Amino acid sequence: MRIRIAHETVYRYDTPATRAIQILRLTPRAHDGQYVVRWRVEVSEDCRVGPREDAFGNLTHTFTVDGPISELAVRVAGEVETQDTHGIMRGAREKFPPSFYLRQTELTVPDQAIAGWADEISENGARPALETLHAMQQSIYANFNFDVDATATSTTASQAFANKHGVCQDYAHIFCSAARHLKIPARYVGGYFLRGDGVIDTESGHAWTEAFIPDLGWIAFDPANGICATEAHVRVAIGLDYLGAAPVRGTRYGGLGEAMQVKVSVDQASRQSQQ
Amino acid sequence: MSSRSPDFFDEMRASDGSIRPAYRQLAHWLDTVPKDVLDYRRKEAEFIFRRIGITFAVYGDAASTERLIPFDIIPRILNRGEWQKLSRGLEQRVKALNMYLSDAYHKREILRAGIVPEELIYGNPVFRPEMNGQAVPHDIYVMIAGIDVVRVDPDNFYVLEDNARVPSGVSYMLENREIMLRLFPELFIDHPVAPVDNYADELLATLKSVAPNNSSGDPTVVLMTPGIYNSAYYEHSFLADKLGCELVEGRDMFVKGDMLYMRTTEGPKRVDVIYRRVDDDFIDPLSFRPDSMLGVPGLMSVYQAGNVTLANAVGTGIADDKAVYSYMPDIIKFYLGEEPILKNVDTWRCREPDHLKYVLDNIEKLVVKEVHGSGGYGMLIGPAADKKTIENFAAKVKAAPEGFIAQPTLALSTCPTFVEEGIAPRHVDLRPFVLTGRDRTRIVPGGLTRVALSKGSLVVNSSQGGGTKDTWVLDR
Repeated sequence: MRIRIAHETVYRYDTPATRAIQILRLTPRAHDGQYVVRWRVEVSEDCRVGPREDAFGNLTHTFTVDGPISELAVRVAGEVETQDTHGIMRGAREKFPPSFYLRQTELTVPDQAIAGWADEISENGARPALETLHAMQQSIYANFNFDVDATATSTTASQAFANKHGVCQDYAHIFCSAARHLKIPARYVGGYFLRGDGVIDTESGHAWTEAFIPDLGWIAFDPANGICATEAHVRVAIGLDYLGAAPVRGTRYGGLGEAMQVKVSVDQASRQSQQ
Repeated sequence: MSSRSPDFFDEMRASDGSIRPAYRQLAHWLDTVPKDVLDYRRKEAEFIFRRIGITFAVYGDAASTERLIPFDIIPRILNRGEWQKLSRGLEQRVKALNMYLSDAYHKREILRAGIVPEELIYGNPVFRPEMNGQAVPHDIYVMIAGIDVVRVDPDNFYVLEDNARVPSGVSYMLENREIMLRLFPELFIDHPVAPVDNYADELLATLKSVAPNNSSGDPTVVLMTPGIYNSAYYEHSFLADKLGCELVEGRDMFVKGDMLYMRTTEGPKRVDVIYRRVDDDFIDPLSFRPDSMLGVPGLMSVYQAGNVTLANAVGTGIADDKAVYSYMPDIIKFYLGEEPILKNVDTWRCREPDHLKYVLDNIEKLVVKEVHGSGGYGMLIGPAADKKTIENFAAKVKAAPEGFIAQPTLALSTCPTFVEEGIAPRHVDLRPFVLTGRDRTRIVPGGLTRVALSKGSLVVNSSQGGGTKDTWVLDR
């Protein structure tokens, strides 16, 4: 399937900012089942946008802008050809052995509730890992309420788990937290998802997870959709948690009254070209 | 004049009661100097320390106010031979630490050789993935190391702990010497004491030597502090002054393109080397803790581009935590093909089930430490603890064994110390500072001697009521 993506982030300031710096993780790379046909990164202000590969093998772009800045827009757009691999992730850059992804972070460290839930689903380790992961994915999908206002980027897995509310990012944190608690390597994935309900324009990208099963390798679980990754998923960046895969990490100096607007559009390339 | 415990190695008196050669003059002086003179000098020393404001803050203390670290006016003496052996051992150890770090973040030959387990690197919360495969200028990670050593007999030095992140305490080494020179000039006439006041010059030479290759002929060095609320702020300002460099906070610097600049009255100035006294977690909110206000956004990008040197490098924690400590003798042998000159204390790793069993069975005899603790916090001294404390601690160890190691209680050496009861032996350790530059290793003869002031106490940490002494290395 060919997927066309446009992702625009616009910052506006009532009082202009004097300086800004951002690190973008907004460029997908190729792996089995994913081929980047074309992709471009544009920053509205005059600056050098330096590409670099980060610790996890993600492609980053870093730029600094001198002010005064009253509006700053970051636009990425392109087309990606995808194939269904039944959720099995192969051919990506692997910088670390799977055991590295057993490491919990401040956002994923499990509390008693998550640990208890994971132990129960895994039948205290008696159940095969793959089955356990599928059951965890379904449990999150069935029991959590999608709510964009309930959580923020700093919400921990434990907080989201307690509230049973959240967004895909929170589900991914809970999944990683529980898998790692069960000594199953797991990582956070940021990317885009072509929705099945025909909705093209949204205000954010998507997040899911990958967990490692010996003999099979990395398998992509998407608890927000209750499915393993399909050809509708475009994988952009991985990390131990959201912070490691964040699409944008940046700071501005000065500048008051910031308003940020995000527009993400994910569509089938063929469908758009027919319009 | 003083009672001596036969169970401990006394650095001044041999077991037959005779005075060791290095202490002969000092012992004679201690015998003849009137007590009230010592008392008067001690008060004078305290007055000076208070006036110059050399204080520290105790974390976790409800009445957390700035405190003065008690200073003992009786110096601790090492002879030339002892120092030479010690400094050879220090150089060897720090060389191995640097090689281990370079290997752990690149080829990881030590894992392939099966010397250390994989989780010691990857499972370590202070392993920084951001440093994986990342070249650092001149392949040097630890430019400033503080190695805590103790003696238990006349022949051996044991390393208690390596400090490869942001070791502090060197200002006390320098201040203690200045005060001793002021209070007891006559003692320096009788003793050929090797100087330490060249430390700042040696540190600056070290820092300049590790500047990025593309920096100017005279690299700009700054000292980066978390600010006035940090417990070691006094030391930061003291050292910046001695180095003749700018004392900066994160907000005084900014990233533009791939370069780091500091704001000056004459406009932005490129920074080549940061002697940073800010922990990894806080140095760049775009790479580490996003809520940090102490760092410079984007600093890691400049670092990754090779345009600034951080001293010490990011991610050095994997070389100095208490879990890797127990592997140090093997690490030294692996990289250098040499026997370690300095000894390691026997260590039980609670992560290993048979070790854990031994520790829990013998906990009342052991010192149990948190792998990531420091400053004497989170530690149990079995022989000195009551039953309830031991039980509580054992429960903590059982809950998370990988977070703990245990060691036998060491019979730390004693030195004569001026305390309430007069001159009496008290337990000491020593933190010498090892500087690693591109050109060579520099170790100023001496270090910070810490002394446990309460009778029988083995805890020398300043946060736990320890004091300091001037450390003399005799030049002949």
